[in-house]
Amino acid sequence: MNARAVLEVEDLEVHYGLGRRRRRVLDGVSLTVSGGEAIGLIGETGSGKTTLARAVLGLVPFSRGRVVIDGQDVSKARARQWRDLRRAGVVQYVFQDSLRSLDPDLAVGKSLVEPLLIQGMPRAEADARARAFLDRVHLDADLLGRLPGALSGGQRQRVAVARALVTEPKLIILDEPVSALDSANRVLVLEILKGLRESGIALVFISHDLGSVAGLTDRIAVLYQGELVEVGPTRSIINAPQHVYTRLLIDSAPTLRSAAAKRSERESLRALLHA
Amino acid sequence: MVLSVRDLHIRDQVTGQEIVHGISFELTPGKVVGIVGESGSGKTLTCRAALGILPDQLEVCAGSITLAGHDIAELSVKQWTGLRGSTISAVFQDPSSYLNPSIQVGPQIAEVIRVKKKVRRREARNQVLQLLRSVQLRHPESVYSQYTYELSGGMLQRVLIAAAIAADPEVLIADEATTALDVIVQAEILDLLAELRERTGLALVVVAHDLAVVAQLCDEVLVMRQGDVVEQGTTQDVLYRPQHEYTQLLIAEHEQYGLDRFLNAPELEQA
Repeated sequence: MNARAVLEVEDLEVHYGLGRRRRRVLDGVSLTVSGGEAIGLIGETGSGKTTLARAVLGLVPFSRGRVVIDGQDVSKARARQWRDLRRAGVVQYVFQDSLRSLDPDLAVGKSLVEPLLIQGMPRAEADARARAFLDRVHLDADLLGRLPGALSGGQRQRVAVARALVTEPKLIILDEPVSALDSANRVLVLEILKGLRESGIALVFISHDLGSVAGLTDRIAVLYQGELVEVGPTRSIINAPQHVYTRLLIDSAPTLRSAAAKRSERESLRALLHA
Repeated sequence: MVLSVRDLHIRDQVTGQEIVHGISFELTPGKVVGIVGESGSGKTLTCRAALGILPDQLEVCAGSITLAGHDIAELSVKQWTGLRGSTISAVFQDPSSYLNPSIQVGPQIAEVIRVKKKVRRREARNQVLQLLRSVQLRHPESVYSQYTYELSGGMLQRVLIAAAIAADPEVLIADEATTALDVIVQAEILDLLAELRERTGLALVVVAHDLAVVAQLCDEVLVMRQGDVVEQGTTQDVLYRPQHEYTQLLIAEHEQYGLDRFLNAPELEQA
């Protein structure tokens, strides 16, 4: 492979709960994402998509496996190492609810410059960079003084994307970033994300909206009950899914043309999956 | 004709402002009409008018709604009670908010059957189990005695559909009924509605902001914007030959990141 691996996940296993309630939510997941590559993570609610993202971000401990971010093994990283990694801004994330990824008491401008000031960037330079990135997500500099609560959902999510970009990360993890947006803002945010790949950033895009996954990503990984059941180029996963679960997932997505026709197909796939 | 909405106008009595400016459609048994449009376009208000549950300060100021031969403007409260559930019924987006969290779900549906069909408890329970089976819940006996918090979103929506069809209505309104569910469960619910329509002749009004959801189920589509119907016609015509620029925009936005664009033609796929 030409492009360098930005994220390597090897044989990852995560458990939730203790004692008799302990259950495995991720089972032997391995995945590599290169710079400039966008990978889509799909699967139903509870399949482990968000847990995988959280484990990579160091927010959930894992019982087995290895996570390497930009060449750094973070599997045994302690709080201090994570703090340095986060400060360097190598990995960033955007959640569905932008009120959660942004500090509600911090004006947009402050949210954008804070990570840069922590890194020791001079004030003037940080301000200029904040303006540049706001412009990159098609937002006006007038918004710099506003609180996140005073923005529309679409504006706020674009601010969250700008904040994730401002430290020039190698990897961005996006968990359902467009699910709460109306269709105009959805297209706008997806176009911005698409532009990022060209600047060499690796994207992990988690979504149950197969249309946006198909339009944005190079490869798709399918999670089912904590296991990766299928990984492959987006085009072939969408058009020639192999695993029964992936086939049901693709056939279930509402489309303008053929969805009703696939009803009997879906019924037999459901029977197969639950057998 | 089961439900006929003719040139319906809805007005805010307090501000005097008209919110819905003339919407018409007709439902015969087994027919499915879809209403699409952004939030605030008047989709839900139209449904609420048909159910006789408009918010207090809103009123139907012109046009008429006829439900199973009755002009609903002339219905008394008692007559409405007789019609709701047994002639017209509805499911909405958030199923958990329509069920009592401290009562098992089965008895809540049984209550509907006891009141509407005047049957004994044991018989009502049997009918509920039958209903839970008909909405494809896998373990009806155990679902019967579960509480809402023990069920997933998809299971709850099935329970709600079971409750909505418990008194054999002729019309079911599904207002964003699958919006909060993930793709696989959404398809299961839509397939269930299609199956109910074929098996029982249930007529449906499907409200969604997602054009593809409506495309999957409906014979006729109404596109609403700011209280106006900007386009109305067969699903085929509206989707494939949209006339109004707003419909064209909705379709363009869907297609830019819609799965259609990335799927091979369905004929090729079948081969």
